Amino acid sequence: MRSTHGCGSNRGVPEQIQNGEPPVASDAPLLDVVGLKTHFFTFGGVVKAVDGVSLSVRRGETLGVVGESGCGKSVTALSVIGLVPNPPGRIVAGRIDFEGRGDVLGVSAEAMREIRGNEISMIFQEPMTSLNPVFRVGTQIAEAIRLHRQVSKKEAMERAIERLGLVGIPSPMARARDYPHQLSGGMRQRVMIAMAVACQPKLLLADEPTTALDVTVQAQILDLMNRMKEASGAAIMLITHDMGVIAEMCQRVSVMYAGVVVEHTDVRTLFANPLHPYTVGLLDSIPRGRSKASGQLKTIPGIVPNLLHLPKGCRFQDRCSQVHAACRESEPPLAAVCDGGDGGHLVRCWLHVSPSETPARP
Amino acid sequence: MPISIRESGTADGIPVSPGRQDVSDRAIPAIDDDAAAVDMFTPTQSVAARFRRNKLSIFGAVIVAVAVAAALFAPWLSPLDPDAVDARSRLAPIGTEGHLLGSDELGRDILSRLIWGARVTLLVSLSATAIALIVGTFLGLIGGYFLGWLDSVIMRLIDVLMAFPYFLLALTVIAVLGPGLLNGMIAVALVNIPFFTRIVRGVTLSIRESDYVMAARGIGASNTRILVRHVLLNCVSTVIVAGTLNIGWMITAAAALSFLGLGVQPPTSDWGTMLSSGRQFLSAAPHVATLPGLAIFITVLGFNLLGDGLRDALDPRLRE
Repeated sequence: MRSTHGCGSNRGVPEQIQNGEPPVASDAPLLDVVGLKTHFFTFGGVVKAVDGVSLSVRRGETLGVVGESGCGKSVTALSVIGLVPNPPGRIVAGRIDFEGRGDVLGVSAEAMREIRGNEISMIFQEPMTSLNPVFRVGTQIAEAIRLHRQVSKKEAMERAIERLGLVGIPSPMARARDYPHQLSGGMRQRVMIAMAVACQPKLLLADEPTTALDVTVQAQILDLMNRMKEASGAAIMLITHDMGVIAEMCQRVSVMYAGVVVEHTDVRTLFANPLHPYTVGLLDSIPRGRSKASGQLKTIPGIVPNLLHLPKGCRFQDRCSQVHAACRESEPPLAAVCDGGDGGHLVRCWLHVSPSETPARP
Repeated sequence: MPISIRESGTADGIPVSPGRQDVSDRAIPAIDDDAAAVDMFTPTQSVAARFRRNKLSIFGAVIVAVAVAAALFAPWLSPLDPDAVDARSRLAPIGTEGHLLGSDELGRDILSRLIWGARVTLLVSLSATAIALIVGTFLGLIGGYFLGWLDSVIMRLIDVLMAFPYFLLALTVIAVLGPGLLNGMIAVALVNIPFFTRIVRGVTLSIRESDYVMAARGIGASNTRILVRHVLLNCVSTVIVAGTLNIGWMITAAAALSFLGLGVQPPTSDWGTMLSSGRQFLSAAPHVATLPGLAIFITVLGFNLLGDGLRDALDPRLRE
């Protein structure tokens, strides 16, 4: 375990330095999301899908965002890339700083289009439906290239075929002429990845890229994403609910619950020393083949609270085994705690923060 | 180079590539999920194959082909001049020498008039369908994609069109523009715009929420590009089917207008005007009215069978 650095400071020493790889300007994060609030205005009321999320992705790292369905993971990613369905969704507060260039929320629709697919791109959950059924897959990748690069159709197609080879599709020349329905799910997800990395983006948002795939293919796709990351130096924000995927892929992890980040730390600390009762619950819910003693899977009791009617105080109170008076009173801040991590271990829980302490992040 | 090792702690047991090489060299440890892929048909081939399996739709296609051929090659196919009056053999019955299908009240050859009439009937119904299809599709596309006030305005206008009784609206248009071939065409086209708009809007609504449109936005495609390449092209099969079925209605509508004397004006004649003039002699010479009626009936049936067959062949639920 690493030694403690400046306990209480909210940004630790970047990992690359400790690994001896000199990073390029890694002190400024590639993506810095501060106090993001994305709300959905429905007939039933305002759904606060993302309610004050702050997270950052450093160059070349993989940040995991983990949580149950409906906790706001996907909406956070969609907010970053500017694809929140509007209406009913709207980003009501916060700033999203990409590459230290200032808030991308303020830029024009056209400038945002220039960024999408070029500098930030996204891999979606459903490879079976994310490709247009009427176009050959090569054409679709070439389209992504031609949207951002001034190249001829022929050249774009050549690059598309090259990308198909890079993502491990055998005989890419022939496959480029296939229609999506002729490919299997794993192959289609490879095509989606080829499309996403077609313009060598600096940041890749992966929204549960392996959830729809069967287990053996999952491992191949994760392996592929890691290789693409190494080759291009892109950073990845990986959204998942699978702790196994987190362990495999990520350097740092943000755990989300009901629209907020409840715990944030590096991946070793998360597994070795989880603090928030929700994180503990998530880790306990992983099926473990070896412990046949009880024979039952553990679960977290209850369900995610209705985002229309959040309880006063901590959002997790009704499902928490260690709930006490303070939890019913007010919501705890996301504050740094002192443990073995690199000083970037943040928890939103009254068990670990005394109410007098100031919040570490806004 | 060491042999592949299995990374401990991963459940998948994928060999971890040893050492660093160029990515392109070591990119391919995964071919096994390819085995399930690739039926050998391209979409167009499999659509054609499914269409051929349906006997009725082949029958429909043959009827349509015959009607279209008659219209295209009328000058060569028709045995006599359709407008040549032959006072000696008026209302000749079917099978009369020189008049295979008999003649009408002015002694004009019915077979020739049917062949030339196909030209006018198909021209009117096909162009009216084309106008309605283009205008209706455009309105449905932009309404369903952009929603908001634009959609509200378009759909309320469509509702107004639909609130009129179908034929009354066509009559109103003729009353304003005056009778004639072109105006009759415009009238039936206008009446059929709502049909296409509503169908296309419905399809657009579902496509705009689809994952591949989201993915297209994700690579930075503009609205125009998404609308044309992703939404419109995925509407095409629906529009083809709707159009084919619509031609049948158009033929009936155009014939009905002509029957009332509001469509094609003499001396040109289509099946509707033939039917209309023949009805006066229904008891004396029933074939004069019956034959154009049969021509309308069979052609409409042909287009409908063709449309049904196309719908079944293109139906995405059957597409695997």
